[in-house]
Amino acid sequence: MSAITTEHDDHAHDHKPSGIKRWLFTTNHKDIGSMYLIFALVMFFLGGSMAMVIRLELFQPGMQFVEPHFFNQMTTVHGLIMVFGAVMPAFTGLANWMIPMMIGAPDMALPRMNNWSFWILPFAFLILLLSLFMPGGGPSFGWTFYAPLSTTYSGDSTALFVFSVHIMGISSIMGAINVIVTIWNLRAPGMTWMKMPLFVWTWFITAFLLIMVMPVLAGAVTMVLTDKYFGTSFFDAAGGGDPVLFQHIFWFFGHPEVYIMILPAFGIISAIIPTFARKPLFGYASMVYATASIAILSFLVWAHHMFTTGMPVFATLFFMYCTMLIAVPTGVKVFNWVATMWRGAMTFEVPMMFALAFIVLFTIGGFSGLMLAITPADFQYHDTYFVVAHFHYVLVTGAVFSIIAAAYYWLPKWTGYMYDERLGQLHFWCSLISVNMLFFPMHFVGLAGMPRRIPDYALQFADFNAFISIGGFLFGLSQLIFVWVLVKCARGGVPATAQVWEGAEGLEWEVPSPAPYHTFETPPVIK
Amino acid sequence: MNKTYEKYYVPAQSPWPIVGAVAMFCIAFGAGHYVIDVSKQQSGFGGWLLLAGFAILIFMLVGWFRNVIDESMAGLYSAQMDRSFRQGMIWFIVSEVMFFMAFFGALFYGRVIAMEWLGGASNNAMTFAILWPDFQPSWPLLKTPGGIETQSMPAWGLPTINTVLLVISSVTLHFAHVGLEKEKRGQLKLFLLLTLLLGAVFLCLQGYEYIHAYRDLGLRLDSGFYGNTFFLLTGFHGLHVTLGAIILLFIFFRVLKGHFTPEKHFAFKAGALYWHFVDVVWLCLFVFVYII
Amino acid sequence: MTNTRCLVWSLPTLFFAASANASTSMPLNMTKGATEISQQVYQLHMTIFWICCAIGAVVFGIMFVSMILHRKARGGQPASFHESTKVEILWTAIPVVILVVMAFPATTTLLAMDDTSAADVTVQITGSQWKWHYKYLEHDVEYFSLLATPREQVANKLAKGENYLLEVDRPLVIPVGKKIRFLMTSDDVIHSWWVPAFAIKKDANPGFINEAWTRVDEPGTYRGQCTELCGKDHGFMPIVVIAKSEEDYLAWIQQEETRIASEKAAEQELLAMNMSMAELMSTGEKIYQGWCVACHQATGMGLPGIFPALKGSELILNDRNGHIDVLVNGRPGTAMQAFGKQLSLKELAAVITYTRNAFDNNTGDTVQAADVFAVQQGKGE
Ligand code: HEA
Ligand code: HEA
Ligand code: HEC
Ligand code: CUA
Ligand SMILES: [Cu+2]
Repeated sequence: MSAITTEHDDHAHDHKPSGIKRWLFTTNHKDIGSMYLIFALVMFFLGGSMAMVIRLELFQPGMQFVEPHFFNQMTTVHGLIMVFGAVMPAFTGLANWMIPMMIGAPDMALPRMNNWSFWILPFAFLILLLSLFMPGGGPSFGWTFYAPLSTTYSGDSTALFVFSVHIMGISSIMGAINVIVTIWNLRAPGMTWMKMPLFVWTWFITAFLLIMVMPVLAGAVTMVLTDKYFGTSFFDAAGGGDPVLFQHIFWFFGHPEVYIMILPAFGIISAIIPTFARKPLFGYASMVYATASIAILSFLVWAHHMFTTGMPVFATLFFMYCTMLIAVPTGVKVFNWVATMWRGAMTFEVPMMFALAFIVLFTIGGFSGLMLAITPADFQYHDTYFVVAHFHYVLVTGAVFSIIAAAYYWLPKWTGYMYDERLGQLHFWCSLISVNMLFFPMHFVGLAGMPRRIPDYALQFADFNAFISIGGFLFGLSQLIFVWVLVKCARGGVPATAQVWEGAEGLEWEVPSPAPYHTFETPPVIK
Repeated sequence: MNKTYEKYYVPAQSPWPIVGAVAMFCIAFGAGHYVIDVSKQQSGFGGWLLLAGFAILIFMLVGWFRNVIDESMAGLYSAQMDRSFRQGMIWFIVSEVMFFMAFFGALFYGRVIAMEWLGGASNNAMTFAILWPDFQPSWPLLKTPGGIETQSMPAWGLPTINTVLLVISSVTLHFAHVGLEKEKRGQLKLFLLLTLLLGAVFLCLQGYEYIHAYRDLGLRLDSGFYGNTFFLLTGFHGLHVTLGAIILLFIFFRVLKGHFTPEKHFAFKAGALYWHFVDVVWLCLFVFVYII
Repeated sequence: MTNTRCLVWSLPTLFFAASANASTSMPLNMTKGATEISQQVYQLHMTIFWICCAIGAVVFGIMFVSMILHRKARGGQPASFHESTKVEILWTAIPVVILVVMAFPATTTLLAMDDTSAADVTVQITGSQWKWHYKYLEHDVEYFSLLATPREQVANKLAKGENYLLEVDRPLVIPVGKKIRFLMTSDDVIHSWWVPAFAIKKDANPGFINEAWTRVDEPGTYRGQCTELCGKDHGFMPIVVIAKSEEDYLAWIQQEETRIASEKAAEQELLAMNMSMAELMSTGEKIYQGWCVACHQATGMGLPGIFPALKGSELILNDRNGHIDVLVNGRPGTAMQAFGKQLSLKELAAVITYTRNAFDNNTGDTVQAADVFAVQQGKGE
């Protein structure tokens, strides 16, 4: 197409196409990154609103606002949206924005496919959300959609759920291929593997995990579809199958999936801590090896979600030991961060505050994960609010906090303006306090015996649940401050310098702020 | 064109991705509704939307590939870009491998674990004693615990012929590749055509085998775990052969138009790689589904 | 509790819960339970907990010290060290050692839990949407156990009782001091049988049987819940176990055996009798409230898209035998279970009559035990 060849000359100038077409037809990694991030924020609010419905219903014992069936839909879709719609796209957005800049590449390796991966997402979630309005409602079998609840006993929306997960998966796989190829093939001369920033490394490994497990999820939903609609019996003993087979396939995907949601976070924290400690990251190489070890181990631990399914005891032991082992490389990371801070010269801007909170709160989540790994104890924790507490600590104060930290950290680079530091600090403190009101008491509620995924509970849990709900509302409201900061920063403010942060190092800090529409027309020189 | 240094070609805006996303929406939403409609024996818009989705997808692919081919022919692509495409293809195939792994995994689990447990193995003595006392575990699973009966598909016969066909097709494709690299266009065309023919014959035989299974053996998709894995594995493989054949067909047309040089022929390589992958999947299938 | 009181009270309760009076407030830790195994699990839980606390104290301690001492505001210059293989090896090795220490008690406890051999009593537990079925394999005793909390309490129309949502009509009864083996399975989706005091949580998988065991030390009432999402009323599927002394247990078994036998005998007599409309309706309503409302709702309207309405159902209005058949044989492959195996003839007759006449269905006819029996024997037509 000749049009493209001529337009191509525009690249030399910093020329942005305008209007809606800019977003629909774009091949620019920054535009696509921004769209991913905005989409993720919208989804976070949507998923969060569903969490608010959950918390509202659980505010008091008794059924007051919603039906149990609707409650289950809220739980399910909350989990699905937060995982596939908020956290994963947010990380992909950050990857899109930052990876090419960090390795000195002109753009992502496959820019058109990049846009395709993004635009599939809104459609996929549209389908999922539309299914909520069908007669019989949307998916109500938990984000883990265990068979046969999701097959024989599910509503009509299951088919829509299955296909929407299919296209979400296609989008993730294409995104991951793009990241891997970009990192593998587009590094500027001199950017050797062991010079890559950790964010790039962690994403590289994450992309590998995505390519390995998203197709397995596609297989799982396909089998659910054929079991429900085409008479197969993969998960039905009468036909020679086994419902537990579903769980094996799901968690073979599911456990690496949770690391997909935390490895990029490790990368972000490994970028922020050295910057504000003004001291190089401690143990760069061991960080890389630790990340790789976590990724490899993540394929060997899936059945720790299935300790109560009645696996033979030797299998249970194997998965228990492997799961416990993951604490070792993760510990190495935590220790390296602390060692990076040691004898640094720290300042405490908002990104640093969120990063510090991440380290403490993620580690608490990790500890409860380790407790869950101890099988006999897991028999008491499993499917109670103790598990809910665990995964919200690693996901909300882990993944989400890291995303917020990253947003504050790179916002000046994206917009060219400094964000409002005082509002940011307010956002941080409100979030920190409310998030702990929200999730910390869940440990107690779980230990006292409250199962998860229930719309109503025994009277003894009433006080704690009311308190938790209040924490939840406050945390939700605190996020409005975040939106305020973002909007304010996008509209203007103190212009940011190229380096932005005193201690920041890396290619992305050598280009002006805001970063030009096309960075690195010529490969930069790596020192 | 700025030719001062080897530049990475970043395409300008392209309408195709969003068209592709709309196609995916129509396919997913349409397929979902189609499945629901069929299961309730009602008529609805699902099937039409699904078809429309495929039409848009094909429209998108044609447009998108035309762009890529034009750019490639215009010499916009550097060796580095060629590497990007190739690596992209390799990772795509890895993801395909994992998709098949899910079904192979199910097959292994069903045979080695679930079936034995239903027959009382490991910690499931009571499963057998109380729930399925009449069940006899043996593979192929010709009688399920629930009592569905079927017959097995013998390995020696059509499947063996199919295996031979596919293996030969991989070899012929390799000769076509050699022909391309040695600039022997005649050899290239001949062997590519041969590969396509072999693929087509494979598909026909597979179709015949399915008819045979349904009509004579009572082996159906819903005949319990054996039928499930048999049809889903061979079925998804068949779809991939079809896709591979379509890719090779397009490449054949491009060859006729005189595209590809001994140095630069990414599309050909990608198509070939895909074909070889599909071949390897079949070999695994032949061993695990038919023979043992 | 009203919203505002909740608000006011929740804060202080949380902070002083540990000291608050024990009868009303929630325990803050895992239960020690009532068995040797559950004590072991508790010990294990506390061990890991304290190890984690200790590690946390060290790591966070160092981190906070460095945040206080090594801040730019104190004018320090950053050091530049950034590598040490020795340290890396050290902080890889120490956690490994700690983990090995944890793994030992975990393994022994797990192996002990796994050994279900040499049991004195075996109970088969079957979950179905949304009730438990208990069957004593050594005796002719089996029955269903349903949520006993009235729906009005759930809907906030009645004050909630002490054991709100944790009470059932017929608890499981077991002897103390004996090894009880549980065989878990399910009729439909996956459920999970959890009694915290026994440290037993085992999935009830349809088509498979899982095993667990317990030996309870003290007589008492132990409560638990279903812990695997099993559909709409997953939260309303409690478990109550009463542990009795051996004599009491045997007496109870006796009594149940006679009760069940006499009920069976009465069934036979019933076939010859006609019950009155009023009696059928009142029994039927009770059965409906206990067994059917979860799906078909108190109004008989069902939930569109998943549970069909019984009100105005074509089947009920036009096909009497079809109606009986649905109740007796269920609809295989749907959530509609075969109640022929769950309810007695009398109960079936009653609930069918009830659904034929309630919700403005007003067919005006009764269904007698004999009618149900005929369908059950395949002679309905
Ligand atoms: C970001 C996501 C994330 C992350 C990072 C983790 C991390 C871990 N998780 Fe978690 N997990 C989830 C998300 C995550 N998890 C989710 C979503 C679920 C529920 C899914 C569902 O059912 O819906 C779940 C559930 C879950 C279970 C199943 C519980 C159950 O259902 O019964 C288990 C059991 O083993 C587990 C274990 C672990 C472990 C051992 C880690 C480890 O990786 C943690 C390692 C970290 C540390 C241990 C802290 C730092 C280390 C040190 C300071 C070193 C020294 C420490 C020691 C030697 C103790 N997780
Ligand atoms: C990354 C993932 C992620 C994130 C960020 C969250 C965030 C939150 N989650 Fe969620 N959660 C999951 C992943 C996540 N969760 C998963 C996987 C499950 C399991 C699902 C399953 O069982 O299948 C789960 C389940 C789950 C449960 C258990 C439900 C059950 O078992 O029945 C609860 C209950 O409290 C809960 C609460 C919350 C709350 C209050 C937040 C808050 O952090 C949300 C805060 C955000 C907002 C509130 C939105 C922004 C604010 C506004 C819209 C302003 C207006 C708001 C007000 C009215 C105050 N989550
Ligand atoms: C676990 C949920 C559940 C419970 C409990 C349940 N049902 Fe149903 N019932 C269903 C479902 C689902 C169907 C629809 C089955 C189908 O798709 O054909 C159904 C169908 C029916 C029908 C046929 C309606 C029609 O128009 O075809 C009748 C009558 C009925 N149920 C009566 C009862 C009675 C009486 C009880 C209590 C003794 C009961 N059900 C308990 C789920 C349930
Ligand atoms: Cu039964 Cu949850
Ligand atoms: Cu896990």
